[in-house]
Amino acid sequence: MTTQLSDSATDSGPVTDAEFVEPPQTVIWALRDSWNEATRHLRAVPRNLDLLIFATLQPIMFVLLFRYVFGGSISVPGFSYNQYLMPGIFAQTMVFGSGFTGIGLAEDLQRGFIDRLRSLPISQSAVLVGRTVSDLLRNLLTFAVMLAVAFAIGFRFEGGLVRGIGASGLLLFFSYAFSWIQALIGLSVKSVEAANSGGFLWMFPMTFVSSAFVPTEDMPSWLAKVADANPFTVATNAARALYNGNDPGSDVWQALAWATGITVVFATLAIRRFTRTASR
Amino acid sequence: MPVVEAVDLAKSFGETQALRGLDLTVERATVLAVLGPNGAGKTTAVRILTTLVRPDSGHATIDGIDVVAEPARVRARIGLTGQYAAVDERLTGRENLELIGRFFRQSGGRARERATELLTGFDLVDAGDRVVKGYSGGMRRRLDIAMSLVARPKVLFLDEPTTGLDPRSRLAMWELIESLVAEGTTTMLTTQYLDEADRLADSIVVVDHGTVIARGTPQELKDRLGGHTVTVDLLPGAGPETPAAVVAALAPHRTAGPVRHSDRHRVVVSVRADTTTPDVVHDLDAAGLVVADVTVERPTLDDVFMGLTGHGASENELTTENGTGTRTGTRSKNKTKTSSGAKP
Repeated sequence: MTTQLSDSATDSGPVTDAEFVEPPQTVIWALRDSWNEATRHLRAVPRNLDLLIFATLQPIMFVLLFRYVFGGSISVPGFSYNQYLMPGIFAQTMVFGSGFTGIGLAEDLQRGFIDRLRSLPISQSAVLVGRTVSDLLRNLLTFAVMLAVAFAIGFRFEGGLVRGIGASGLLLFFSYAFSWIQALIGLSVKSVEAANSGGFLWMFPMTFVSSAFVPTEDMPSWLAKVADANPFTVATNAARALYNGNDPGSDVWQALAWATGITVVFATLAIRRFTRTASR
Repeated sequence: MPVVEAVDLAKSFGETQALRGLDLTVERATVLAVLGPNGAGKTTAVRILTTLVRPDSGHATIDGIDVVAEPARVRARIGLTGQYAAVDERLTGRENLELIGRFFRQSGGRARERATELLTGFDLVDAGDRVVKGYSGGMRRRLDIAMSLVARPKVLFLDEPTTGLDPRSRLAMWELIESLVAEGTTTMLTTQYLDEADRLADSIVVVDHGTVIARGTPQELKDRLGGHTVTVDLLPGAGPETPAAVVAALAPHRTAGPVRHSDRHRVVVSVRADTTTPDVVHDLDAAGLVVADVTVERPTLDDVFMGLTGHGASENELTTENGTGTRTGTRSKNKTKTSSGAKP
């Protein structure tokens, strides 16, 4: 191993005061920083095909298992179970997809990469915006695969294409909002393993104590109350109504309000946490 | 004006006082080594100076800019290589470098050009388009340092740049740092190794328990520390060869450092740096003392601490987490043994 610096690197030395240019700090640059950081993660996606394949196999498995295992024994008035179930599975998969945000951040922290990013003259929020945006795009990919499988086994946009796309967009927005919760968890725990379990554990009760798989009326009344108050139920109901061409009532607006609220609150907390986080 | 200036920095993490009034300066185009054992506060000092941690009190400037008041402007002027190679192992070496270039607002073309320059300069051309996951430890370190130099910083911070490297990569890293310094890169590095500070630094500050306990050029510190140590192993059950007799025989070479007896058969004394093994053997002979072995060693970090504080550096390490307590034990020693006949 030679370490002789060749001629071409002789300007690795410091710049003189006259040469020094202060990097500009504007909103446009903050957005570019965010996109730059997002591409760091997106570039890695096709290189880790195993991970991509497993990440898409899981929702496919869920679609098929729920459809064919429970499909025969659960009947929902006014729906074919397929049309009832699929929006619930979409919603659950999208929310679970947010877990990657926390794990990825915890990994970057553990490896000291967050220190490197924090010592750069970039917008501090760009690191988290870039991470959440790249996870949103990855979830979009997962969603597309899942929709294709759902279509193959008979799911349809009964409410038309526009509403179908609207419902899908709403669920992606929820996924993005939950990414910020996961970001806060990933920045707060001590290890990648803790980010993994701490990120996923609470999502099981949240997604099952909801209208995603069975109507809440069938639950014990105290549980039904919890399920009805669950924002995940609101989002699922809104998406389900849009996919099936039913009247969503105020669910769409309530769901949008929840997603916006979660994003604002948790993005604020996560960014504050980030600027104070020491690496481990 | 110094490039780096820290005045009376203090920082606590809960009950632990990491820094208690640390002062240091780094002059333009020089290397400052911050030498100390694990837990001395070296990394905390680097983290404050690189805007990652806010001090509880005291203040610090980089190029005259306050690290707390204007962190963004400070970040534009520094390069940081932390203790663990902060490289994205999913990307190629080139992509890692270009990423940093774009973060420094370089144009796409300029970022590519700079990446090529650095890959060439750091002997990573062949590996540049490979994913970092397959890099060796030494290659990762080189890429890590190259990433810190993308924007040609006014000061480069290297936090324990050779910890965890094998001896060959360590030597290569020293040569690399020397060539950067030759180009005029102002550098502050932390280290647990006296030989590393000795070789690379223009000046050294010795840190213990969060404060500077000694500062000076490597030569000044070595002189002050009494140069070398002589270890004399006595034959078991011998007659006139008592530890006191050995100390008396070596009196002409001794410096102020303490005499240590690890047990009844071993005596360790500090001697002047110009003392050679033949000198010691000769003086013991002249006193009529027969001994089992004589070793002349350059001072180690332990000796520095023994000389300055009366306690060894490894004492501090016993309190650190598992697996990190053996580092000082693996330091390379510049030993010269009587049997080898080498000069000290």
